[in-house]
Amino acid sequence: MSQNDIAIIGAGMTAWGKWGKNFAEYGVAAAREALADAGIPWQDIRFVSGGATVRCGYPGYVAGATIAQALGWQGAEVNTSYAACASGSQALAAARAKILAGHCEVALVVGADTTPKGFLAPAKGYRPEDPDWVRFYLGITNPTYFALYARRRMDLYGDTQDDFAAVKVKNAAIGSQNPRARYTKTFSAEDVANSAMVADPLRLMDICATSDGGAALIVSSLDYAKRIGKGDAPRVAAISTVTPSFASGTVEMPDIATDSAAAAGIDAINYRSQIPLKAYEEASLGPEDIDLAEVYDLSTALELDWIEDLKLCERGAAAQLLRAGDTSVGGKIPVNASGGLACFGEAVPAQALAQVCELTWQLRGEAGPRQVEGAKVGITANQGLFGHGSSVIVKR
Amino acid sequence: MKDLTPAPAAAIEGWYTLDDDAPALLGSRCNKCGTYFFPKQFTYCRNPGCDSTEFTEVRLSRKGKLWSYTNACYQPPEPFVAPEPFEPYAIAAVHLEEEQMVILGQVADSLTVDALTVGMPMELVLDVLHPDPEGDKIIWKWRPTGGAA
Repeated sequence: MSQNDIAIIGAGMTAWGKWGKNFAEYGVAAAREALADAGIPWQDIRFVSGGATVRCGYPGYVAGATIAQALGWQGAEVNTSYAACASGSQALAAARAKILAGHCEVALVVGADTTPKGFLAPAKGYRPEDPDWVRFYLGITNPTYFALYARRRMDLYGDTQDDFAAVKVKNAAIGSQNPRARYTKTFSAEDVANSAMVADPLRLMDICATSDGGAALIVSSLDYAKRIGKGDAPRVAAISTVTPSFASGTVEMPDIATDSAAAAGIDAINYRSQIPLKAYEEASLGPEDIDLAEVYDLSTALELDWIEDLKLCERGAAAQLLRAGDTSVGGKIPVNASGGLACFGEAVPAQALAQVCELTWQLRGEAGPRQVEGAKVGITANQGLFGHGSSVIVKR
Repeated sequence: MKDLTPAPAAAIEGWYTLDDDAPALLGSRCNKCGTYFFPKQFTYCRNPGCDSTEFTEVRLSRKGKLWSYTNACYQPPEPFVAPEPFEPYAIAAVHLEEEQMVILGQVADSLTVDALTVGMPMELVLDVLHPDPEGDKIIWKWRPTGGAA
């Protein structure tokens, strides 16, 4: 399947934080670092593929163009993708299609966001036709959904709040070694247990924050990579951006009900577990080939769900991997060697690209104290609102 | 003397019946493939194998099994109307067997998560979502069938 691969010849990423600057500043900083990493001038980029931010007005809706203009117009074609938390992957998929179709040789993929302080609230008024309005009216917040999934793990598989805390302790320990992480303090299980309960069983330290940040990749055809002496660069082996299949049996943010699977011949499906299937198939690889995974730990418990959704273990067995240390750096299958969202917080259009940046550095053996020894194949996974999700496989 | 207390009213009109004995959520059902919808859907069927435009309003099952549960320890933003001081409340996700779907709602009777377990039988009741000068706003809530465990 290597004729469908593209090369990742450069990666760049700002530190994550909360500064409230113009999002384009973060995008430009990440793009310039990625260009320097690739060793090519900005003028050589023929396609700019941006992840949109919906929180920064019109410039955010056309983020690809906004960042291209900030870097200096040079005539490249431009695209902007919005796919909630999967925006970065969709922007990457657009660049891959352009490259594989022979329409360009080298592209910049970039996402950046700046986030408001406090709760993300729906638009005002009495608007029962909007599911997002209804759920807030009923008192159902984002952590409600994370907590519903976490509680099922406890009641069905015997996971405990101590297990969830252990995910935080693990990710904080490795994230403290990541200079780009927003939160670099290490935490003990007691620290997590002493943090305020938000949505039982999840405490404040089980739930990720929202952050500012930018991430960028320079991707190219394999020929182009060889020509500039980067024939051995990590490659994108697969991108899955599949939508759910009817009927989805998991109640998803911001809905107050699932699909009905009552029509004859339909079984309810868990969307998260569907996302990596296309990625594995496209890469002709399986869970047994994976050396490390970057997954969307919006909550600590969700990291355990993802490990099972990626089929890195049987359903219900992720906490056993965690307890055995298998998901730590140095373990059998390290998960979130970057520190994950626990240490970064979520910068929506940048996050899926940040996951690929981490895999790129890991596969190049440049992750320093976070390095997963001998890593050859990594996978990412994330899910956002309204049927968006993605999984990317990077190999070397 | 005439009672001047304003009458309670549905917080979201048309989403559920207001009978005291056996209140039910009002959904819709596709006339062609039988798929249920809540909230009601009358214009297109979301079953990918069905192109029906004909639907019938139906009362959904009042009883189901607890799929999962949690609570809210922090006051949500508007449009949530919070009491002063804020009181945590539990949220239930209940699976309806006939409809093969899960529906969220608050938990009635100020029950906490300690009273709940995945799989326990639940039933739908009506309760006050929040007081209002024009009359209490009524919403559906879930509670364990026959009271707390």
